[in-house]
Amino acid sequence: MDGLHIHGVHHAYGDTKVLQGISLTVPAGELVCLLGPSGCGKTTLLRLAAGLERLQAGSIAIDEKVVAGDGVKVLPEHRRVGYMFQDYALFPHLDVTDNIMFGLFRWSGEEAKARTAEVLRQVGLEQHAHKFPHTLSGGQQQRVALARAIAPKPRLVLLDEPFSGLDTNMRVRIREQTLNVLKEAGVATLMVTHDPEEAMYMADRIKGMGEGGNVLQSGRPTEIYYQPVDEYVARLFGPVNEIVTEARGREVKTPFGVVPARDYADGDRVKVLIRPESFSLSNAANGSNSRRVEVSASHLLGDSSLVEFRLADQLDDSENQLFKVQIPGNFDPLDHTRVWIGLAPEDAFVFAGD
Amino acid sequence: MAVPEGLKDGWTISTAIICALAVTPVAAVVYLALTPEPGDDIWSHLVSTVLPDYIITTVGLMIGVGIGTVLIGVSAAWLVTMCRFPGRRIFEWAMLLPMAMPAYVIAYVYTDILEYAGPVQGMLREMFGWQTGRDYWFPEIRSLGGAISMMTLVLYPYVYLLSRAAFLEQSIGVLEASRVLGRGPWHGFFTVALPLARPGIVIGLSLVLMETLNDFGTVDFFAVNTFSLGIFDVWMNMSNVSGAAQLATVLLLFVALLVLSERYARRKQRFHNTSSKYQALPGLRLRGKLGLLAMTICALPVLLGFVLPTWILIEYAVQYFDPLLASEIAGYAWNSIKLSLLAGGLAVVVAIVIAYSVRIRGGQVLTSLSRLASLGYAVPGAVLAVGVMNVLGPLDNSIDAYSRETFGISTGLIFSGTIAAVTFGYLVRFLALSLGTVEAGLGKITPNMDGAARSLGHGALSTMRRVHMPLMRTSVLTAVMLVFVDCMKELPMTTILRPFNFQTLATFVHQYASDEQLGEAALAALSIVGVGILPVILLSYAIARSRPGHGQVMARPRQKNKMSKGSR
Amino acid sequence: MKNSMRKHGLTALLTASLAVTTTALTWGNSAHAAEDVNLYSTRQPFLMKPLTDAFTKETGIKVNMVYLKKGMLERLKTEGMNSPADLILTTDIGNLHNHLKAGLLQSVSSDTLNKRIPVQYRHPDGLWYGLTMRARVIYAHKDRVKPGEITRYEDLAAPHMKGRVCIRSGKHVYNVSLLASMVVALGEDGARTWAKSLRENLARKPQGNDRAQVKAVYEGQCDVAVGNTYYMGKMATNEKSPEQKDWAKSVRIIFPNQADRGTHVNISGAAVTKSARNKANALKLIEYLSSASAQKIYAETNFEYPVLDGVALHPIVASWGTFKADKAYLAKIAEQRSLASRLVDQVAFNK
Repeated sequence: MDGLHIHGVHHAYGDTKVLQGISLTVPAGELVCLLGPSGCGKTTLLRLAAGLERLQAGSIAIDEKVVAGDGVKVLPEHRRVGYMFQDYALFPHLDVTDNIMFGLFRWSGEEAKARTAEVLRQVGLEQHAHKFPHTLSGGQQQRVALARAIAPKPRLVLLDEPFSGLDTNMRVRIREQTLNVLKEAGVATLMVTHDPEEAMYMADRIKGMGEGGNVLQSGRPTEIYYQPVDEYVARLFGPVNEIVTEARGREVKTPFGVVPARDYADGDRVKVLIRPESFSLSNAANGSNSRRVEVSASHLLGDSSLVEFRLADQLDDSENQLFKVQIPGNFDPLDHTRVWIGLAPEDAFVFAGD
Repeated sequence: MAVPEGLKDGWTISTAIICALAVTPVAAVVYLALTPEPGDDIWSHLVSTVLPDYIITTVGLMIGVGIGTVLIGVSAAWLVTMCRFPGRRIFEWAMLLPMAMPAYVIAYVYTDILEYAGPVQGMLREMFGWQTGRDYWFPEIRSLGGAISMMTLVLYPYVYLLSRAAFLEQSIGVLEASRVLGRGPWHGFFTVALPLARPGIVIGLSLVLMETLNDFGTVDFFAVNTFSLGIFDVWMNMSNVSGAAQLATVLLLFVALLVLSERYARRKQRFHNTSSKYQALPGLRLRGKLGLLAMTICALPVLLGFVLPTWILIEYAVQYFDPLLASEIAGYAWNSIKLSLLAGGLAVVVAIVIAYSVRIRGGQVLTSLSRLASLGYAVPGAVLAVGVMNVLGPLDNSIDAYSRETFGISTGLIFSGTIAAVTFGYLVRFLALSLGTVEAGLGKITPNMDGAARSLGHGALSTMRRVHMPLMRTSVLTAVMLVFVDCMKELPMTTILRPFNFQTLATFVHQYASDEQLGEAALAALSIVGVGILPVILLSYAIARSRPGHGQVMARPRQKNKMSKGSR
Repeated sequence: MKNSMRKHGLTALLTASLAVTTTALTWGNSAHAAEDVNLYSTRQPFLMKPLTDAFTKETGIKVNMVYLKKGMLERLKTEGMNSPADLILTTDIGNLHNHLKAGLLQSVSSDTLNKRIPVQYRHPDGLWYGLTMRARVIYAHKDRVKPGEITRYEDLAAPHMKGRVCIRSGKHVYNVSLLASMVVALGEDGARTWAKSLRENLARKPQGNDRAQVKAVYEGQCDVAVGNTYYMGKMATNEKSPEQKDWAKSVRIIFPNQADRGTHVNISGAAVTKSARNKANALKLIEYLSSASAQKIYAETNFEYPVLDGVALHPIVASWGTFKADKAYLAKIAEQRSLASRLVDQVAFNK
């Protein structure tokens, strides 16, 4: 199968182990996203794939051909990999066109020019073809870097935190454009990010990475988002509400109703995690799980609202805990008003307690 | 025995060997210091008599020259970089001109003008009808103050050069931030620009101080009792070369201490430009009196440090012109140029090898070695020359002995007393200059740029040619020129290490000037200055072009993670 | 990943350095021909050139020279037996003596030299030969210093000279040598007292060279100065800076201590190195330098006193009259130099 195959890769800097037996596959035409906190070895994996770092253990193959491992070591310049660096690494002494042409030196003059024009059009920078990098905005620099990376028609594209240098508005726009460009190119892409929204937007599959430099869970965005295998993966997608309690009779009782205890036995300490966006909220009771709470504060975030509440009447040991709810649209109740809150049992994740 | 980590491959080993070679002369000096002839009580004598005076005078000289060069260098750099006033474009490069003027030459010239019999005092006597020197007071040029003035005038360009580079590097954003926070432009200078430029200023200042510490010509001529004069006294008058080496070693330790303490003081500061946007510099327009003031601040050092002494040298050269001597001097000029170019080129090649090796391999061992390789700059030239001889002589003699034994052929002295010895001496002495410059230049190319070039299909050589070389050009040129200009002026090592019948401009000037025959020396002195000017101007031009937004080099979005390994 | 870069880059750099070094080695290294003689000299080339040119003209032997004000001894020492230098030429007996003590010289003898050079101006075993003499004299202002007011070095330190004396740095070889001769004449304590009193009599901090002292007398900064004789000759005949003639005219020369031990003299001299390969040529050069024609050049162009009897002095030098030189054995004075240098420090002479 075409694409990138990484198998059993270990890597350490001195005594610090950053990758521990990681294996993954990026099929041609797919975009795979490594989602993990900073320092989990994501960038190292990209550098290994590009050949910029010496492989210590394991093997890496591109399009069925081993490029590193088993005594093989293909130099980075022979791997046909497009790499977009976090800091873009544009060549300051070359203008936009020359930056893009940099990788097209084996192409004939006419073809190179045509290809440059083509990628410039794809990223929408035709009118900046002869500007120098330092005169461009951050978003424009990012697009030059992308254009440069895909121009030589690589077999594999590596993106290292491609949108981290951009402001929110631009990020959304550039993200869309980047995805289109990559889909159009139909190339295997491995991207690294710590932004879950970015990962879910871009990726065909997401790999949740742990601090130990290994893949904890892999799957389509919906799978990994709705069925995290552990607390760590659940938390990769942002802050969660947490209730610590005990399992009783294959069930866990929460202030928002009973959720299945999965395979936790009676008396096991469990942690119930609920994403802010999993709650439903209304001004009147609806459904059996609904419960009345008092709003402590609320914030309109634009296309969604963040509501903080405390349980109105204390039932158990969850005390006067503050919960956060994120719901779509403008829901902006006054403080201390009472609202009804609901939770679908399948949206609560139950993991082992401490 | 276990090989230390980072000493395992060829690249590292070659670099280690190069560094070790560069350290040997310094090590030889230290060895001389540690092996005194029996019965030497040089220290008790010195401590009880002149040492306190040497130290006080030397510290005074350093403080004076330090303050002087920083005041002139930094203020001129700031004005020229950030403001617009009449003549700014000329001052941009003209500020560097005094760099081509050897301190000993300017000292001879000013003594000639300012001493009792000189035109200035003569005119004053005529104007006021004074009869003898007892009728009035006039500052004595042959004094500590005189030495401070002379050295300040020719050494400030180092501070100017490096602080200007630092100012050019600064993102204007931080200065604007200071304005927005309600501070005037001058306050911004003191609270933002100056602290940010501090590393650059400090490097410039440390070059100045090392030159000051090791100066012999000027302090000898002015009879200012500095530590370096003491070194030569112990060596020449007390015939105690080991004692001289001991003093030189103390000097070396003192310099090392200074450098280390500065690093320590700066240990928590890491300056990066946080704004990724470079904009054209603001060009604060100075009009009227302010413009005049700015012009004066820039013009005065150039006039005093270059124009006036050059003019006087020209007068002398014309008065003493002798076509025979002139053709002789042309030959010496050619020697000087060849030798300085050779040393400059070699110093840069070696610096590149070391800098790349440290970049690629990193590690404590290599970094420390590269620091050691720069020590030659902290040893007085003549003493270092003795160190060089103490390395090359035994080396030559053992090669000779081996060859005699093995092949029955005497090789004689292969290196001693050759151009190679002089070049090696220059290299050891000035490697600090080239290494510092090349390292700074290399630091501006992020490892990711290498990665980008490699993943775009370019091999290592192609990457070097197409990415590194264009980006390094300015720093490499700067390094060559700095070493070139310094070699043109270099005197003591050339004198001691040179081959038979070999003169450079500097040695030629010295043989007359040491006899106070300035007239005969003028043409050659002028040639040193003349040959030195061209690279100095080129240098200034290259630096002006290097600013992002001015030229086309060196802009890149800067992230917090400078090195890719930081974000693994 | 950077393997190939490492290798290629390094190879290229090393090749370049090697090429450069080879060029450097082959350039300017031409001092080994047979009919050559190789000289290390502390005298400036412009002073030696007329003499070496004449020697080459007469003998066909080429003189290669390195002018080494400092580091000559260290250079000979490190070069060892392979040193290309055949002979050394110094302007100061102390310097010759140091080379001798370091075992760098060899004895040579020739009847010619023994005949020409008086015995007190050469080493008994022929380890060095004096070639010219210079006397360290007192320059006194013609009007402001009355005849008989100063006749001895000791008078420089007398109370009536307070604030009237100029001298160059106490650490200069010439002055260290003079003080060493005072040590021989007066003993360590006597010399110290003399130096101390002299320092108190100085009109200004020691500075400049001997010529500058005459200038200071001319200018009225002081009345007497200490200097070598030949500077006066150079000033009195300086056509390019005629003002120096006026300086010279303002003073007269006093040869000190004529009634007792005599005036302190130093010699410039030559010695054959232990490693000399062109020993015969070296000897020839010394012989030439002591010959009448060379001694005449010394006397005429450099205003020195020849060691060879019967060589005419320069008229100006002759006009100063004859003098009695300190007969103390020069090597003995040279041995006191280190002590003399310390005395200079002890009395803070230069401060």
